[in-house]
Amino acid sequence: MATFVCLVINLPRQFTLFGRTLYKPNLSLNKNSTSNLDLRLGLDLAGGASLLYEIDTSQSKPEDLSQALESLKANIERRVNLFGVSEANVQISKQDNQYRLKVELPGVTDVNDAINLIGQTATLKFVGQIKEFPLEATSSAEINFDDYYQDSGINGSHLVRATPQPNPQTGVMEVALEFNSEGTKLFEQATTTFLNKRLAIFLDDELISAPLVQVVIPDGKAVISGNFDIKTAKTFSAQLNAGALTLPIKKIQEQQIGATLGQDTIRKGLRAGLVGLGLVSFFMIGNYGYLGAISVISLIIYSLFTLTIYRIFHITLTFPGIVGFILSIGMAVDSNILIFERMKEEIRAGQSWNNAMELGFGRAWNSIKDANICTIITGLILFNPFNWSFLNSSGMVRGFAVTLLIGVFLGIFTGVVVTRNLLRVLAHKKI
Amino acid sequence: MNIMKYRPLFYFISITLIVASIFSIIFWGFKYSIDFSGGSSWQFTLPSQPDKNQLEEIFQKQKIPLHSISQNNDQYTLKFDNIDTNQKNNLVEAVTKIDSEYSESNFETLGPLLGRELLKKTIYALILSAAFLLIFIATRFNDASFGISAILAMLHDTIILLGTFSALGHFFGAEIDALFVTALLTTLSSSTHDTVVTFDRIRELKSHQTKIDWKQLANRAVSEVIVRSINNSMTIIFMLLALVFLGADSTRWFSTALLIGVICGTYSSVGVAIPLMLLSKKNKK
Repeated sequence: MATFVCLVINLPRQFTLFGRTLYKPNLSLNKNSTSNLDLRLGLDLAGGASLLYEIDTSQSKPEDLSQALESLKANIERRVNLFGVSEANVQISKQDNQYRLKVELPGVTDVNDAINLIGQTATLKFVGQIKEFPLEATSSAEINFDDYYQDSGINGSHLVRATPQPNPQTGVMEVALEFNSEGTKLFEQATTTFLNKRLAIFLDDELISAPLVQVVIPDGKAVISGNFDIKTAKTFSAQLNAGALTLPIKKIQEQQIGATLGQDTIRKGLRAGLVGLGLVSFFMIGNYGYLGAISVISLIIYSLFTLTIYRIFHITLTFPGIVGFILSIGMAVDSNILIFERMKEEIRAGQSWNNAMELGFGRAWNSIKDANICTIITGLILFNPFNWSFLNSSGMVRGFAVTLLIGVFLGIFTGVVVTRNLLRVLAHKKI
Repeated sequence: MNIMKYRPLFYFISITLIVASIFSIIFWGFKYSIDFSGGSSWQFTLPSQPDKNQLEEIFQKQKIPLHSISQNNDQYTLKFDNIDTNQKNNLVEAVTKIDSEYSESNFETLGPLLGRELLKKTIYALILSAAFLLIFIATRFNDASFGISAILAMLHDTIILLGTFSALGHFFGAEIDALFVTALLTTLSSSTHDTVVTFDRIRELKSHQTKIDWKQLANRAVSEVIVRSINNSMTIIFMLLALVFLGADSTRWFSTALLIGVICGTYSSVGVAIPLMLLSKKNKK
């Protein structure tokens, strides 16, 4: 039954059988999730760009650092999303006191625009509204922007920081702004000029908020209230801080992979896998006959299970991962060989076939366990599950380690449980 | 089956391979990929298949040190120093002038700092793996000589794999990259994998006997597990051979490294680990 489910999950989306085109139903683990069970391909297979930046934190005050980093990340994410990349990944990591920003852009082949966009320092601008923006105006050509807005002269360098905080009286979330001395003067001017009007805030020329000026603020400490909850207040302060607490970044690694390379890798990997599986099948059947045929069946079940696990747990498949998967097919037979050799010995020792089978499984278990612990140790060191900074955490190495580890565990399972049950059922008919 | 009588032959093979490996490493060194050395790697196709000289000229004009250039039909692979985005744009522009149908398949550039970092991480990973495997084997078999011989066999495989890649690098341009390191670590585990199975059998046989003749024990254990060892390695070797010959170029050297590692690991468990274990037992008496 489980095998049939796995088979269905692994069918291509659309295929032809006996002259009819069949479609796979849309499978998903839970109704509300938008995630499907498609194989997730890594950057090296899907094509795309990966950029690594060094973050210069030397100019930043230590107490502002975590906020500044968060803002930087949020801002880069926002920019990357503007670029129209669906599954972009933005990460900040720390390596020997040095912060790094990693940006992965799957599917993007021309990264120059993205590099320019990411490399720019964020600009924050406060712009006053002179008169109400006409809602009827549909085409931007009819509107002269300057008739409605006037720059207040305040920018990101005048803002010391923005902090989300609850209102001391009502407990509702608000965002507090703190300006430096020059900013305080400008802000007092702006709040006088635009009293009872809106003061629009632009980040990278995108309107992020347009609060109404209710009083003149002379001390450079403003509070923006609105329908904030904790999350939106945080997002908004992060946007403001992106302009205030700027961190210069420097590109240290760039990688671009064309999509054709990945398709070629997948196609050839698939071919190699099938040919390898064929060779292993011949070898097993040639050596162990009937038993070998059963181990080949459990090997095919193993392959289907593995692919299903990749899909369900959204394991990102990379090209070293494909090698890991194919290697693990070869290794999965190991437990079967151990068991079959053990069975042969027991039969030689005068046991009946059925007894030999049960004894073989039982006695081979120790060797299987010990031998696989070695692979698990190395697999874990390669996968680096705790993100230790002194070990590698690159996607390629991890991609290999994860498929190898899944392979070992599943290999033990299919080798011991599946083959044993197949033998019990089929051996019954034989004898 | 008296396999252990071939011990002199095993010693001869192993010592020859190790000496050859060390010579190769000393004389030819390694070809480090940009993962380790820093720099740029650029792969693209030009359907008009222009001469490599034309591309070299571009680099001379723009004063970017070019390390290597190779051409495979319409596919070009260039290695050069670490560059910034402007320099890259200039290069693309110049190449497009030669052939307007220029199409990039891969570009990577990284600073030298990252390479040093990877080297450091690699060494940590190797030490950590070796230490964990040593602890595991020593506690599992409750016998230091088992652990030490397994680790020496592992070291034997490591040196041979490194030596082979130094030679492959010299003759065929195989590079040492992050994936090679991964293959090296996998070799460590597959090397101990077979050794553990053989040691397991020795321990099991030992428990049935009162008077221990180590040589006879080893012979029995080896002859009992060798079929399994070879059969199991064969299945892995089939898979890897398929990958080396039919897989994509990008995974070829990685698969080759794994293949060499598996072959070494199978040999060394019988040819190195067991003889060394016997040697230590003999010296004790």
